[in-house]
Amino acid sequence: MITFDAVSKEYPDGTIAVDRLSLTAPSGQITVLVGPSGCGKTTSLRMVNRMIEPTSGTITIDDQDVTSVPATDLRRGIGYVIQHAGLFPHRTVADNVATVPQLTGTSRRAARVQALELLERVGLPTSFADRYPAQLSGGQQQRVGVARALAADPPVMLMDEPFSAVDPVVRDQLQREFLRLQEELQKTILFVTHDIDEAIRLGDRVAVLAVGGRLAQLATPAQLLATPADPFVAGFVGRDRGYRALGFVSAELPLAHEPAVALGSPVRRALDVALDDWVLVVDDDGAPQGWLHLVGAGPSDDVVAAGMLNLGGTLATAGGTLRETLDAALSSPSGRGVVVDGDGRLLGSVRAADVLDHMSAAPRERGPAAVREGGRA
Amino acid sequence: MNLAAGTSPWDLFGYFADHRAAVLHLFWEHVWLSVMPVVLGLAISLPLGYLARRSRWVYAPAVSVTGLLYTIPSLALFLIMPTLLGTRILNPLNVVAALTVYTVALLVRVVADGLGAVPDDVAQSATAMGLTRTQRLRRVELPLAVPVIAAGLRVATVANMSLVAIAGTIGIPELGQLFITGFQLSVNGPYYPPILLGILLCVLLALVLDVLIVLGARLLTPWQRVTAAR
Repeated sequence: MITFDAVSKEYPDGTIAVDRLSLTAPSGQITVLVGPSGCGKTTSLRMVNRMIEPTSGTITIDDQDVTSVPATDLRRGIGYVIQHAGLFPHRTVADNVATVPQLTGTSRRAARVQALELLERVGLPTSFADRYPAQLSGGQQQRVGVARALAADPPVMLMDEPFSAVDPVVRDQLQREFLRLQEELQKTILFVTHDIDEAIRLGDRVAVLAVGGRLAQLATPAQLLATPADPFVAGFVGRDRGYRALGFVSAELPLAHEPAVALGSPVRRALDVALDDWVLVVDDDGAPQGWLHLVGAGPSDDVVAAGMLNLGGTLATAGGTLRETLDAALSSPSGRGVVVDGDGRLLGSVRAADVLDHMSAAPRERGPAAVREGGRA
Repeated sequence: MNLAAGTSPWDLFGYFADHRAAVLHLFWEHVWLSVMPVVLGLAISLPLGYLARRSRWVYAPAVSVTGLLYTIPSLALFLIMPTLLGTRILNPLNVVAALTVYTVALLVRVVADGLGAVPDDVAQSATAMGLTRTQRLRRVELPLAVPVIAAGLRVATVANMSLVAIAGTIGIPELGQLFITGFQLSVNGPYYPPILLGILLCVLLALVLDVLIVLGARLLTPWQRVTAAR
């Protein structure tokens, strides 16, 4: 648990970076500090490992004042990940990961073995161990950065915009794996970002900071979307709030039977089962592959092939959120959103109108009280 | 030292064969007179450059004052040194000391800038991982400064090579003496062998030392040879 108690940082020129910040980052959870530039989020983060000393107030980790131990000892016990990873360009990947264990006296050999394990853990092949950072892509470097921060198995991790410098596809992947890793490791994480979507996706709790280092709201992502505390937070949380809030409500909708044909069946068969111009095509395991448009599908003796399919629709998982269910319906060319089970097999379909009916039938249930605590988009 | 003339005015190999021992002696003197100051200069410049790096207040004066030292004519410095050091005028230590001054003049800025060349995020993560100031210097800043410092060393070494030759005019034995001998033997018409031999050996030595520095730097920076994957 990291606790800020009335922490302020004022620079000699009178700039107030952080203004009497009090907040608690609970153990085993991700607490996100989010806000526009100049809101003191990075300053707050760096005061935890004393790269910046507060002007007043105290910061404690598990009730121990951070100033009660030498700064270097404190830092070795805190994982730290930054935007461009900040890997040592002159050390190999394995040496980079082993930095802190080697500082604390782990033997070279043991540190290397451990580094290889960590590489696998963050999704990198161990063959990367002897490469230099310059030989890795930005996303791979960032993974090494995470492995390095985890090397000393610190209970606390500080992350300063770790996924901001990579492209959206890689960022999405890194975020997903980060959540998976956190599920296993249960670290106490303080995470800084300027991206509200990232905050909502990753945070168990989100602290919105305003310019001048004022804490505007500390809440779960769902609460933040449903009941912003003031106009600043409302503005910062931004558009599509209602839609994004659906990401925190699970959808329990009755599914309609969706006829489907397997890849390789004759088009004739699709014509037989069709509800309208669109027929869902699945593979041998029953996993949806795409939609076949019967208008212009070719002679009925032809065989249904992958190249003939429209891939527009997204898939929703049964028991998933209203947001993904609605999205599946809205994105489907047939207007029927495909719902699959945990193994990706077709269960049935749902229409956007069904989702909306479900929502208007029980409007009060979607208030802040009913949203899933700690749920994630 | 007997460096008398042979028959042909161009026969430098014949000249070398005739005066092998004497010329080799001058060569080795030249080697240590030019290498020693680089080694000492580097040893002095590392802490000075580090201090300059750490504080803006030290940087400006350190870099400009040491830079100014380079404007002192070498001959003058060779002549002043005995007074400063209490040595005799022909003591080769005068040359070593003077050239060390020039090396420091060149290297302080190089070391300071080299140590400062650590990318911001790298310096930050080093601090955040709990490296002490000394560990940061030894494990991060110094290794990353090697390419810059090596480039400075190459300049300093070549510059020293030619400055050493000037010490021949005040009678210090090194390759510069071959030029003086050539000049003296040319009173009855041009006689080039000692001069050409001196130039040849100087160039050879410069090349060898340069290659040694480049190789040393390569050994210390395997990470510089990898090509970017992006």
